[in-house]
Amino acid sequence: MFNPPTELLPTATNQSGTRTAAVPSVGGRTGIARILLSRDTVMIYALVAFVIYAALFIPRFASPVSTGFLLLDVIPALLIALPMTLVIITGEIDLSVASIAGLTSALMGVLWGAGLDIGPVLIISLIAGVLAGAFNGLLVAVLGLPSLAVTIGTLALFRGLALVVIGDNAVANFPPALTSFFTSKIGGTGIPTVMIGVILVAIIFGVVLHLTPFGRGLFALGYSKEAAIFVGIKVVRAKFWLYVASGSVSALAGIYWTLRYSSARSDNASGLELTVIAAVLLGGVSIFGGKGAIPGAIAGVLLIGTINFTLRLGRISDVVLIIVTGTLLIASVVAPSIFEGVTKWLHARRHRRTLPQASASGATRATASGVQERK
Amino acid sequence: MEFIRYTKTRRTRRLLAFAAAAASVALVASGCASGGDAGTGGGAEGDLSITFIPKQLNNPYTDVVLGGGEDGATAAGFAATEVVGPLEASASSQVSFINAETQAGTSVIVIAANDPDAVGPALEEARAAGAKIVAFDSDTNPKYRDVFISQVIAKDVALIQIELLAEQIGGSGEIAILSATANATNQNEWIKFIEEELASNPEYAEISLVAKVYGDDDDTKSFQEAQGLLQAYPSLKGIISPTTVGIAATARYLSTSNYKGTVALTGLGLPNEMRPFVKDGTVTAFALWDPAQLGYVAAFAGKALADGTITGTEGDTFDAGDLGEREVGADGIVIVGPPTTFNADNIDDYDF
Amino acid sequence: MTLDTSPPATSETTTRRANGFAAVLRLREIPVTLALIALVTLTYMANPLFLSQQGVKDLLLNATIVIILSVGQAMVIVTRNVDLSIGSILGIVAFSTGTLFVTFPGIPIVLVFLAGMALGALLGSINGCLVTVAKVPSLVITLGTLYIYRGLNNAWAGGTQYFAGDRPDSFGALSVDTIAGFPVITLIAIVVVIIVAIFMASTRPGRDLYAIGSDPEAAKLFGIPVTRRVLLAFLSNGVLAGLAGVLYASRFNSVGATTGTGLEFDIIAAAVVGGVAIFGGSGTVIGAAIGALLLTTITSALTAIRVDKFWQQAIVGLLILAAIVIDRIARIRTAKKLRLSEARDV
Repeated sequence: MFNPPTELLPTATNQSGTRTAAVPSVGGRTGIARILLSRDTVMIYALVAFVIYAALFIPRFASPVSTGFLLLDVIPALLIALPMTLVIITGEIDLSVASIAGLTSALMGVLWGAGLDIGPVLIISLIAGVLAGAFNGLLVAVLGLPSLAVTIGTLALFRGLALVVIGDNAVANFPPALTSFFTSKIGGTGIPTVMIGVILVAIIFGVVLHLTPFGRGLFALGYSKEAAIFVGIKVVRAKFWLYVASGSVSALAGIYWTLRYSSARSDNASGLELTVIAAVLLGGVSIFGGKGAIPGAIAGVLLIGTINFTLRLGRISDVVLIIVTGTLLIASVVAPSIFEGVTKWLHARRHRRTLPQASASGATRATASGVQERK
Repeated sequence: MEFIRYTKTRRTRRLLAFAAAAASVALVASGCASGGDAGTGGGAEGDLSITFIPKQLNNPYTDVVLGGGEDGATAAGFAATEVVGPLEASASSQVSFINAETQAGTSVIVIAANDPDAVGPALEEARAAGAKIVAFDSDTNPKYRDVFISQVIAKDVALIQIELLAEQIGGSGEIAILSATANATNQNEWIKFIEEELASNPEYAEISLVAKVYGDDDDTKSFQEAQGLLQAYPSLKGIISPTTVGIAATARYLSTSNYKGTVALTGLGLPNEMRPFVKDGTVTAFALWDPAQLGYVAAFAGKALADGTITGTEGDTFDAGDLGEREVGADGIVIVGPPTTFNADNIDDYDF
Repeated sequence: MTLDTSPPATSETTTRRANGFAAVLRLREIPVTLALIALVTLTYMANPLFLSQQGVKDLLLNATIVIILSVGQAMVIVTRNVDLSIGSILGIVAFSTGTLFVTFPGIPIVLVFLAGMALGALLGSINGCLVTVAKVPSLVITLGTLYIYRGLNNAWAGGTQYFAGDRPDSFGALSVDTIAGFPVITLIAIVVVIIVAIFMASTRPGRDLYAIGSDPEAAKLFGIPVTRRVLLAFLSNGVLAGLAGVLYASRFNSVGATTGTGLEFDIIAAAVVGGVAIFGGSGTVIGAAIGALLLTTITSALTAIRVDKFWQQAIVGLLILAAIVIDRIARIRTAKKLRLSEARDV
């Protein structure tokens, strides 16, 4: 009775790869200039600048070993940031992601402990994530309940179920071949093998969001529900499947977490939701919805991950990391909001006569509604 | 809204765009290039370095252990001593610290594991890079470390606690255990010995262990677990809390409730933290080893491993500075010393 | 916060809403109160010790700090904002309380309370200023300050912890001594609830907070000083978090770098369970207080009837979801009622 937006995927394969690189080589749809000066691209510059700085000035940073450890650390946040970006762009939020990862991990432990083969264990755990996401989707999309409150509820519920499932136990004896695969690197590059999968997931999300009508519809949805309906988006369906995607990817993160640390516990990945959201917002995704990009979100995650890693290399306490993360987050939203206010004001003055509707593009909701009224 | 383009300034922006694109490409290239001249020390430097990774930073017990560790490292002749660690004690949080130490080419990593297995792969990588691994306070899975510095013989710790409690409750009644996290290696071992002793020793035949609860080494949680225990088991006569956070929180609850003086409490505590509760009669006696010695011996064991004087096999001996010679026992375990019992008479003699 | 849907009631003017208000409020608090009564009764039947003198005292003490925090959070949520940083504020104030007693032995306890509340006010108003002046959603700002305040607490405290023994006995006695069966700090919490409830229900600024939460644009058009009122909500929340921090130091054994970590969602959950709508505009602080009492009582009740403690968190999660659904039903009914009364008036 329901068609997931799979018809969009073939186009995805046609153009895959153009988006994931920091350098968009194809101008095409949106225009290279706009991309390179947008809020999320600025994050990529910040990331690049910081990486250069670290490579030059932090001893031992510039090595494949860094790449490996750094990426292994950020993969869970990186994965979850992808669906989170889409969810936030539609103006919703999902706080239950880390709990879903924890639940998946707990389930893996129990099933493996019960003697199931690793194949079924992985499949059942993944299905659990899909179902958890569908439950969120049911409450938020179908019943129309506020996602912030709903996912605080499921944050407690799923973590609670993880506790119910595995209790205080930890399961550690996963097949060594599998766990060592999860920490293995591609040749001498230092890049973890699992990054191939992560990049694939990133490409899928990037393409769906940026190169398909469905993705454009998500922006419209976050911008205004009426606009979305006008564009032809089925609001309920779109949101429902986003939550399913969020649950599934969180489950993948949970599986990764379990096998990377070869430890299935109920408290795995706890607190990760705030890290992911902080990184995504830092990456230029607007909490109001309607604005954001996958490359920016990825840059946000990598920036926090890299700062974290360099601090550890320099043996500087996590205290500094906490303060830096918080300050960056606030600065990243306060500065553009002031900057945007000024630019928009100037822009609106300049374009009022020639392009009356232009100001609506990329504006925050509150001010945009004012502009629209004027038109 | 996506269909509306800025048209006027496009040309200038394109210039900027190219510049930015070029910069990005350059970065990617330089990132790859710099990958070549990787320089991890892997213990190749002449000076030995030691890094302590406690379960969590900012914990009073840990601070005492680390204080001893730093003294020991200086005395043993390490050129550099570092302390790094997570702010919250979770299973996987120590891994990235181990990784950073691997990369730094640290010669000796001393770790108190939050989870015996989660730190395993990271420690293996560290060893492959040439680091020696000393576990202390809470053991890792033995295959991941060279030696484990144990406070005391695990069984002794268990026995002294049950002995103290049996004495305080008059040898019969219901008791409970309030532990740290359910996965804590050291606590679980002691609890196992306590259970075995209760089952096998006829002196304890009339004592029954009715509950084990976990306060996660969190003050608030331990406090509420203690409170829940007394409500759920009205005839409870005593509590053993083999963790410094748990015993202090439980003591705080008892001293502020009607149960003060009627429910006995013992376990492992820091004298400075427990002093008021011993003085006000909530707690009669509790035990602990000298935590500073733990760090101190760990540092010397690390030095001996790095120098190659010991390999961590049973029967190896090494010099532990002021504490004399220590021997590696079965399973690579080194025992620091006997536990001390603290009570109203002697508690003022200790300051840690 | 996400602001994409306007609740059905917001199309009405603020004055007209007042009629429907009382009905909604009554409705909102009934489910949580019934749940609380049912829970206490059932647990008592299973384990009479649950309502022993000590049992009741423990229940009240457990709820006290959560109640104060939930009341403050309710004030913020009513304005369609949220404050995630309260756990960090509580931690910093609790540690500063310990520091004060150690640095200035013999300092009057009242002064410590005032200092703690002042520090809370400062931190709360930083949140408020950032939210109102920069016009950035409170979820983002307070997520940032959650990290920053916690970082500052860690940097300040380091490994230092202050224990009950470092504080005067009379201070600790606040959470031990009882007056008519109520612990002193619980009485403080009750006074706080009453004062804030009166403020919210019957003063102009209090009513303004509801109007702002219902429809910020309309509130502005109506002449309500939105910035000042929202700032006031954040500041009050900070003061209450500060008060909670001081009381925390009185009740628990140690205060240090990690005190109060991870409280934020529990507190928001308590407010939501108590009928405070997450999109603002409705709910009462009394509801929030009952919500807090319910959530803390569940934990004790499950322990008292020896239910596997692993179920606790899952049950709390289900309760939150139930509260949201009930809220939605209440909203639909109110909207219907308002439409009817509208039709009559026309």
